[in-house]
Amino acid sequence: MSTESTTTDVAAQPDGEPLRVILAKLGLDGHDRGLKVVARMLRDAGVEVIYLGIRQTTATIINAAEQEDADAIGLSMHNAGHLTLAPRMVEAVKEAGLDIPVIVGGIIPDDDVIELQNKGIAAVLGPGASTDDVVAAVRTSISN
Amino acid sequence: MPVPDVFELARNGERRALGRLLTLVERGGVNGDKVAEISHPIAGSSHVVGLTGAPGAGKSTITGRLAAAAGLASESGVGVVAIDPSSPITGGAILGDRIRMDEVIDREGTFVRSMATRGSSGGLALAVPGAIRVLDAVGYDPVIIETVGVGQVEVDIAGTADTTIVVVTPGWGDAVQANKAGLLEVADIFVVNKAERPGASDARRDLELMLDLGAHPDPNKPTWRAPILMTTATDGSGIDELWDQVVAHRSWLTETGELLGRRQNRDRFEMLGRVDELLGGLGRKRAESEQGLALLADVQSRKLSPTAAAAELLADLLES
Ligand SMILES: Nc1nc2c(ncn2[C@@H]2O[C@H](COP(=O)(O)OP(=O)(O)O)[C@@H](O)[C@H]2O)c(=O)[nH]1
Ligand SMILES: [Mg+2]
Repeated sequence: MSTESTTTDVAAQPDGEPLRVILAKLGLDGHDRGLKVVARMLRDAGVEVIYLGIRQTTATIINAAEQEDADAIGLSMHNAGHLTLAPRMVEAVKEAGLDIPVIVGGIIPDDDVIELQNKGIAAVLGPGASTDDVVAAVRTSISN
Repeated sequence: MPVPDVFELARNGERRALGRLLTLVERGGVNGDKVAEISHPIAGSSHVVGLTGAPGAGKSTITGRLAAAAGLASESGVGVVAIDPSSPITGGAILGDRIRMDEVIDREGTFVRSMATRGSSGGLALAVPGAIRVLDAVGYDPVIIETVGVGQVEVDIAGTADTTIVVVTPGWGDAVQANKAGLLEVADIFVVNKAERPGASDARRDLELMLDLGAHPDPNKPTWRAPILMTTATDGSGIDELWDQVVAHRSWLTETGELLGRRQNRDRFEMLGRVDELLGGLGRKRAESEQGLALLADVQSRKLSPTAAAAELLADLLES
């Protein structure tokens, strides 16, 4: 038997397999309440959340994404740094040769949302996002 | 990319490839089988260390510290598999072990993978033996497994690891619980973590007492008395001593031939487990067939007993 005929695509995400999503907060600011809420939402939607918590760097997140074979990176942003930090994450993902979406959650002004999307952020979620919103954003980002 | 190519990349130190191999192992199926087929012949040299204990005992923090200590002693890099439970209702999970390890490990030399139990009834994910095999095959040594300590798991991990570390904390009950759960038999090393807290020496004494009571050394077999170590994982004290004991246990296993025995046993269990899985799968498939449904109808109308129906369904396999 040839390898081709016995091997299905190693990159495919088969139906019914749980998504694996990294959740982290970049930068120095301190609390993780929001992040924990999102972690529970995703878990309750059947997602395997790799929880990294606060004070992460792009390097620690990339390292985790590679080892965990994550399907997406979720960043919580609550300071004014989102316009620099989130695009930097997208750059780091590209540099590492990874092909996974970066999703941002937090209180982000509308203008900034557009700028973030222009800079490669796959989705932006506001504080009022429901579990369905969060899960839908993750799923569509991954399939795009 | 075909599995053998991914495997080659992983052997050459490409972390992303190793991450993907572990995913394939978790998913099982054709690709998972292929990974096992490639890794099994070249695996078997790494020391597998299991850690278990109640949630919050400090297992992840210890694992991170231990990986750092092991990394200093090893040139091959340290593999870690950290298991947390899946929600039985949604299948989702929050895997929070990594956060504790990232604080203390050397990132270059360590490969950490978080795994959810995914419906396995114990606290050991079904994919764990396969994950150990891959990490071993691509060269990580030791491989450290952190399991959620509930019920039967402690015993499961002992069937999977060469050296089993049981973590308890100060406070009434832990040592007693450990005794009840049958841990005295499976622990190769005890750790009293959070040793800076009051009651640590009491916990140690309780364990010693129970070890004395439970000791029935067989004069014909080599015996290892589980040492009890005191650690404060948050600041790292006691971790070097713990690592020394892990190394000492490994030497004891090799010198006495216990290592070979344990591993042969492990292979046997894994093969039997796969036999169960394959036969069960085949049986369920046949039960859905025309013949299977006819047999089921006979059982339901009480013409045939369930046992007789099952035997007929698998008659060709049971003949010999
Ligand atoms: N005081 C104290 N806290 C510790 C020690 N080791 C771990 N912890 C803390 O205990 C909590 C649980 O630790 P973790 O490693 O996640 O435990 P696990 O659930 O067994 O993996 C964390 O807040 C750790 O910082 C220790 O030696 N002393
Ligand atoms: Mg843990």
